Amino acid sequence: MSEPIIICRDVHKWYGQFHALRGIDMEVQKGEVVVIFGPSGSGKSTFIRCINRLEEHQRGTIIVDGIELSHDVRNIAAIRREVGMVFQQFNLFPHLTVMQNITLGPIYVRKWNKDKAEEIAMQLLERVGIPEQAHKYPGQLSGGQQQRVAIARALAMQPKIMLFDEPTSALDPEMIKEVLDVMEELAESGMTMMVVTHEMGFARAVADTMYFFDEGQVVESGTPEQIFEHPQEDRTKLFLSQILQH
Amino acid sequence: MTTNTSEHGAVPFWRDERYIQIIAQVIVVAALVALFYWLIHNLLTGLAALGIPLSFRFLGIEAQFDIGETLIEYSRNSTYAQAILVGLLNTIKVSFIGIIFATIVGVIVGIARLSRNWLVSRIAAVYVQVLRNIPLLVFLIFLSTTVFHKLPRVQQALALGKMAFLTNRGIYTVWPVPAEGWNVYKWLLLGSFVIGVLVAIYFYRQGLRTGRMPLYWLWGFLTFLALSIIAWFVAPGAPLALDYPYLAGRNFKGGQSLTPEFMAILSGLVIYTSAFIAEVVRAGIQAVSKGQREAATAVGLTSFQTMRLVIFPQAMRVIIPPLTSQYLNLTKNSSLAIAVGYPDLFAVGSTIINQSGRAVEVILITMAVYLTFSLLTSLFMNWYNRHTRLVER
Repeated sequence: MSEPIIICRDVHKWYGQFHALRGIDMEVQKGEVVVIFGPSGSGKSTFIRCINRLEEHQRGTIIVDGIELSHDVRNIAAIRREVGMVFQQFNLFPHLTVMQNITLGPIYVRKWNKDKAEEIAMQLLERVGIPEQAHKYPGQLSGGQQQRVAIARALAMQPKIMLFDEPTSALDPEMIKEVLDVMEELAESGMTMMVVTHEMGFARAVADTMYFFDEGQVVESGTPEQIFEHPQEDRTKLFLSQILQH
Repeated sequence: MTTNTSEHGAVPFWRDERYIQIIAQVIVVAALVALFYWLIHNLLTGLAALGIPLSFRFLGIEAQFDIGETLIEYSRNSTYAQAILVGLLNTIKVSFIGIIFATIVGVIVGIARLSRNWLVSRIAAVYVQVLRNIPLLVFLIFLSTTVFHKLPRVQQALALGKMAFLTNRGIYTVWPVPAEGWNVYKWLLLGSFVIGVLVAIYFYRQGLRTGRMPLYWLWGFLTFLALSIIAWFVAPGAPLALDYPYLAGRNFKGGQSLTPEFMAILSGLVIYTSAFIAEVVRAGIQAVSKGQREAATAVGLTSFQTMRLVIFPQAMRVIIPPLTSQYLNLTKNSSLAIAVGYPDLFAVGSTIINQSGRAVEVILITMAVYLTFSLLTSLFMNWYNRHTRLVER
């Protein structure tokens, strides 16, 4: 097996006195789909946000695609170019059209010309199923459409890794499926993905590895089959029984 | 629905909400008209009883008083109308310069307050808190009496080399005046300006084409600057000479002078208003959700690009309306110039009232002028605001 594309060793993070991450170890292979789940406040979002330096870890090592995340601003910029991110609240730029949202990064960061950027944006909009919305503003779209635009925006930078921070938690139930379908297609295309989610159906179908977080630690990890059928830890069993009850 | 009958029978009109709304408006308008009719009738009959009916003919009479600083030709023999014009121009001068400087200082302080540098943000916070909480009139009197009028006397002028002299009669600074090369240079300067504008337009068009908008105004300005420097050496002889102020007898001559009154009212308005503008700017930037900055960062934009392309365009929508209020406040507050002796519209108007007794007319003119200024400012800012509005469903 080749070198893992993400390597985390003993990652710690404190918010003042609060110890949010207590030594996370994780290795992600190229093309692997990782699902992180756990109760709220367990550090899942904090961890995923450390990968592209939206949060700063204070101890341990994070290496993304061979580049170590340190205080070196050049490394940080290089990693952010390789890592796309999708947020719970979409965070589209409301003053720009869908097309401008998607092409902003490619034009200003990748330095592509406008025609190339718009051509690729159009392909991505077709891929996520909403090419007809290209010239509307985010405020004119439904939540599910906005999240699909956000996925297209992240993909437009041609990242090697995609991070999803609870991408369906702010959506109405009937819109969750359209977003999960896009993510599933993306996983099948071989994208390396790290997904924080409570969608256990998605995890079972798509994940290669699942990590159960609690109180800033990885309590248990394994394939979906191991996690769902043979969980080892009591904490995992309890949490799964609570969210799978319905 | 064209009828107000329902299956329960006809609704009487006094219970029909559509009629109630119309009737309410008619009553309000009628009451306002009656009130104003009564007020104006009262005023006119009162004035007629005193033997001074409302008339603007006094405007043609000689003013018979001096004004300390004027932008146009004015003497004791000029008319009241000209005196009012002098005051009006002085108001425009201090408001216009004041708005520009207050905006610059306010934006800098507002951004400084959000700085991650502890010292910078603390200094900005203290600046805002202290200046917002001193009444403007008190602050103006402080500036006038303890700063600008407490500068040394002319003979002991505080000199900054040969460049500037600070005295209690004003501030005198070196000033450029046309010299032998000026006649040629001014055309070269105009040409440089035109080329600068063309370069800016070129970069702007290129920005539209490539989608990557350069700082086109900056490039235009730099072009203008570079060309005007080159033109300086091309021009035959030096285009501008420096006119140094010098002590001639009991006062300074030459250079440019700023009166202590003007400096007091200008710096007072600028410093005071900039504290409010700083808060407006800070609130506007903070109103943009944290997620916007994170999304821009995740896409890979630098912090400057994030500010310019994502945060600022959204903050402007929040900033513009309260900023307009601050501009209007500054303009209206300039009437406090009377406290430091700067001859603005209101100060000149007060003198005219004292001399001519035409209080009602002068106050009407003064109010009309301030109202016009305010409406023009509002119109411009509303127009600008419409251009930056968000599209929602």
